[in-house]
Amino acid sequence: MSELKALSEAVIKGDINSATAETKKALDSGNNAQDILDEGLIAAMDEVGRRFSKGLLFVPQMLRSAKTMQECMKLLESFFQEGDITSKGKVVIGTVKGDLHDIGKNLVSMMMEGAGFSIVDLGVDVSPERFVEKVHEIAPDIVAMSALLSTTMPSMRMTIEALKQAGVRGKVKVMIGGAPVTDKYAREIGADCYGPDAGSAVTKAKEILGVS
Amino acid sequence: MIIVGEQINTSRKSIAEAVEKRDASYIVKIAREQAEAGAHYIDVNAGTFLERETECLCWLVETIQSELDLPLCLDSPNPSALAEAIKLHKGEPIINSISLEVERFQALLPVVISQPCHVVALCMAEISMPITVEDRVQVGAELIRRLTDAGIPLAKIFVDPLIQPISVDTGMGLASLGAISRIMNDFPGINTICGLSNISFGLPERRLINRNFLSLCVSHGLSAVILDPTDRQLMATLLAVEMLLNHDEYCENFITAYQNGRISDK
Repeated sequence: MSELKALSEAVIKGDINSATAETKKALDSGNNAQDILDEGLIAAMDEVGRRFSKGLLFVPQMLRSAKTMQECMKLLESFFQEGDITSKGKVVIGTVKGDLHDIGKNLVSMMMEGAGFSIVDLGVDVSPERFVEKVHEIAPDIVAMSALLSTTMPSMRMTIEALKQAGVRGKVKVMIGGAPVTDKYAREIGADCYGPDAGSAVTKAKEILGVS
Repeated sequence: MIIVGEQINTSRKSIAEAVEKRDASYIVKIAREQAEAGAHYIDVNAGTFLERETECLCWLVETIQSELDLPLCLDSPNPSALAEAIKLHKGEPIINSISLEVERFQALLPVVISQPCHVVALCMAEISMPITVEDRVQVGAELIRRLTDAGIPLAKIFVDPLIQPISVDTGMGLASLGAISRIMNDFPGINTICGLSNISFGLPERRLINRNFLSLCVSHGLSAVILDPTDRQLMATLLAVEMLLNHDEYCENFITAYQNGRISDK
């Protein structure tokens, strides 16, 4: 257990060398890969998200922690069979039609991945039809949309309408975010929640799915 | 250095409230403060009003220009809001902004040639954000070509290199600075412009980062900037850098600003 604490601290610091060494050590001393993932890596990224939301930790540190986690995951991967890793939920994410901004969307997607969600990132300029198509294809738990321009915010509403038209709105939760987006706008267009930053997006996603 | 005052933006709560209540005196007060602090243009942005953006932007233009004899910078990604606002504007505004994104370019080109104006050419490509200096220069050059072909003089084009956060990619500062140098060198007579706050997204002490970035931009040839001219520390930085780069004969602007109490080191 103590080595998982050390692992988790190394991930919070974004210290790749120590974190990979701790992961190997944890495996050698007989820890289960799922426990290392949950109690070492995901617990660390949860803490990173919490500190980020409070303004105690900053974007480059968050990126570094995420990178550290990814390196540790490489060491664990061979211990999992395909589909073996328990996921908090499946998320389809993208920047909406007409909008090419990807920084915020990438930060959210990275933190959600770090928190144990499985992410399908559709990229930027994603049309409502493309979101719907992906929802049909993989039946995600959450559709997450980003918009950085006031002129592309209506694409969020259009995507929600398209999900309704396709009869799948009831099967997914919808979350939205981006600089001009507000909680009020989320309610107005019938989204399930609004994430003001990458850390809070994770907390909100867990809330709407009722997972911890 | 051409200064565009950025304070009249409805993403700021006090401005949104004033626009909602049509509080003309508050808006004029903020515009006047910026003009007195050295702004040559007053930026107006009502993007947060979404469907009501056009009417709000138009109200801002008429309200400010009925009291102040100053040109404005009409700031919106929305071509139809800009098309209406420009009709009401007296003198030559800056239209902020056009980009290579297909719909935005096609919708805005007729607006910017409809009457004399300056135009910000944002280095945003058709299908992606630029990353390197080369990406930015290519998009900028293509925008310059298309705008000059449409009859807009080089001197009325303000290329915005598109500032992206260094918190996500530490090379983004150099990418913008390199683009500013290249564009100023390759197109003599052109202007370059940018806002400062994107550079520091995701980092602490953003004002400190922003003003240091400003001095680097100026030293790379930036000729216009969108900022808060009532920020005395920021304006002090700008004046000091211009003086250090030999843009201020007899150090007159710097000394006058000091003597008038417009700048501060704190």
